Amino acid sequence: MATTNSRTLARFMLLPSVTLLLAWMIVPLCMTLYFSFIDYNLLVPGEKEFVGFLNYEFFLTDPAFFESFFNTLLLVTGVLLITICGGIGLAILLDQAIWGRNYVRIMVLAPFFVMPTVSALVWKNMLMNPVNGLFAHFAIWLGFDPIDFFAQMPLFSIIIIVSWQWLPFAALILLTAIQSLDREQLEAADLDGAGPLSKFFYIVLPHLSRAVTAVILIETIFLLSIFAEILVTTSGGPGYSSTNITYLIYTQSLLQFDVGGGSAGGIVAVIIANIVAIFLMRLIGKNLEG
Amino acid sequence: MGSITLKQVTKNFDEVNVIKPLDLEIKDGEFIVFVGPSGCGKSTLLRMIAGLEDTTSGNIEIDGQDATHTPPAKRGLAMVFQSYALYPHMTVRNNIAFPLKRAKVSPAEIESKIANAAKILNLTDYLDRKPGQLSGGQRQRVAIGRAIVRQPSAFLFDEPLSNLDASLRVNMRLEISELHKSLSTTMIYVTHDQVEAMTMADRIAVFNGGIIEQVGTPLELYKHPVNEFVAGFIGSPKMNFIAVPQSEDKKTVNLGIRPEHFIISQEQGTYKGTVGVIEHLGSESFLHVTLECGTTVTVKADGDCPLQYGDAIFLSAQENKTHKFDKNGLTIKTTL
Ligand SMILES: Nc1ncnc2c1ncn2[C@@H]1O[C@H](COP(=O)(O)OP(=O)(O)OP(=O)(O)O)[C@@H](O)[C@H]1O
Ligand SMILES: [Mg+2]
Repeated sequence: MATTNSRTLARFMLLPSVTLLLAWMIVPLCMTLYFSFIDYNLLVPGEKEFVGFLNYEFFLTDPAFFESFFNTLLLVTGVLLITICGGIGLAILLDQAIWGRNYVRIMVLAPFFVMPTVSALVWKNMLMNPVNGLFAHFAIWLGFDPIDFFAQMPLFSIIIIVSWQWLPFAALILLTAIQSLDREQLEAADLDGAGPLSKFFYIVLPHLSRAVTAVILIETIFLLSIFAEILVTTSGGPGYSSTNITYLIYTQSLLQFDVGGGSAGGIVAVIIANIVAIFLMRLIGKNLEG
Repeated sequence: MGSITLKQVTKNFDEVNVIKPLDLEIKDGEFIVFVGPSGCGKSTLLRMIAGLEDTTSGNIEIDGQDATHTPPAKRGLAMVFQSYALYPHMTVRNNIAFPLKRAKVSPAEIESKIANAAKILNLTDYLDRKPGQLSGGQRQRVAIGRAIVRQPSAFLFDEPLSNLDASLRVNMRLEISELHKSLSTTMIYVTHDQVEAMTMADRIAVFNGGIIEQVGTPLELYKHPVNEFVAGFIGSPKMNFIAVPQSEDKKTVNLGIRPEHFIISQEQGTYKGTVGVIEHLGSESFLHVTLECGTTVTVKADGDCPLQYGDAIFLSAQENKTHKFDKNGLTIKTTL
């Protein structure tokens, strides 16, 4: 498939799907862009006038913006750290020849199939509840005061919940990567006198670098737009301490009915996501080559 | 030092017995080759010697010390794998340095050892490349380099040349033989290519179904195989077996004659046959001859053999070059 003819034909064949995808993306984006430049509040009927960059000015100078921006970064990096480290550990455990490991693997994957709202509710009401949650009972049993997770450490609690959801995904991808490691390399390392730690750092970890990169890129895309877990547990509070950009946009446009301001926030979020993407590709994208 | 002694060694995978009780003595500095058909347990035995596979029963002694339960790194052996097993994300230099770094050798010494190994193996120009950027033969040399810097008491090779093309294989064969001569370290070499076995070995151990059929120098095995299996396995093309209906000694069931030990005649001979396909190799020709009794035999003839497809010829064996086998396949010793 390398003649000029076949390439032209291939491009031609791609045209319908590319057009559809482009329209799918471009139309909402343009509408958001349009809304972000007008004064459009659902509580104020009448003229929607063009206000230039005023919406952006309000959104970007709002102290809540900075707080939620850092919360977003914290949320993403925290979850990435936990899922990658935990995922590597879990993958190594699952790779061992343990009894009934096929069942264990399916069980480990289970949290990924639980809807975000449901898992957030389970964590909120059954585990982290300061009165009748499991952790509270455990703390009392040990003689401590129970922790009110969502009041005392709201963002950390959300990081834990989201990590629990994404850990299986990371573990599964990393497990398949570990299984593709040539056993003879490990045996050669055995003969070369490498202990378990040397083998892990010099052979297993470098082998996993591509899979880790893939997990980071995929998870980042989804983690930038975490929403349901926040809505169900803390509603972004107390104050703005567990609000991320996505949730801030939601409060702007739907709780304060300011469609213009919300749209400006949306555009800002798109720009931030792109900056993160470029930054990540620069940083670790070379791992995916070759 | 590098003498290895196997005493009544066996290996079971779960219930399946792969190595039957087996004794073998490998002398210091010897080049011994394990040959045998696929699945007969050569790799398994080699991996047991290396310590990568547990020994079910019996003892493995290295330099007179019992090493049956010694971990691989402590046995002082180096192995070259069929897949090379190079570390793909390290440069050639780091690959070779890896065992030295693990052994906490000083950087200056590592540097000089790498330079030395690279010189022996012609790798000096490739030290900063990754294995993925090397050809098959070069990767093979890196694997050998990684083995020699450790100065092991013995080298273990598991079919190291089977991934290379024919001409490169001949070269590497010579290089390994050369290396053995210069290092004079014990080498155990697994292959199922009997040409490699014949050309490289001081001694050959012929395996079959988890037992050693015969151990001996290449010429011993060629001249005095103990049974039909060894006779058929050693020598290329294979020895021909001709059934003997009634023999004078009442024991011989099969007669073995190697292709190079036939006398071809147009007029007379022991066997009458028709020439089938002729393979001309230039220096020699191989005739596939169908005898009257139905057996097809391979016969070696001169390069400019004038025979044609379908010609009728007579064959007889050269004097004292036949092998007699009884009904159990064992060689019947003829009075020498
Ligand atoms: N890990 C294992 N579990 C169970 N059976 C095994 C295992 N490894 C090898 N075997 C069996 O042991 C027998 C010997 O295997 P081995 O690899 O030693 O053969 P080999 O002589 O090296 O053959 P080849 O020339 O094809 O490499 C085979 O029948 C194989 O099926
Ligand atoms: Mg093998």
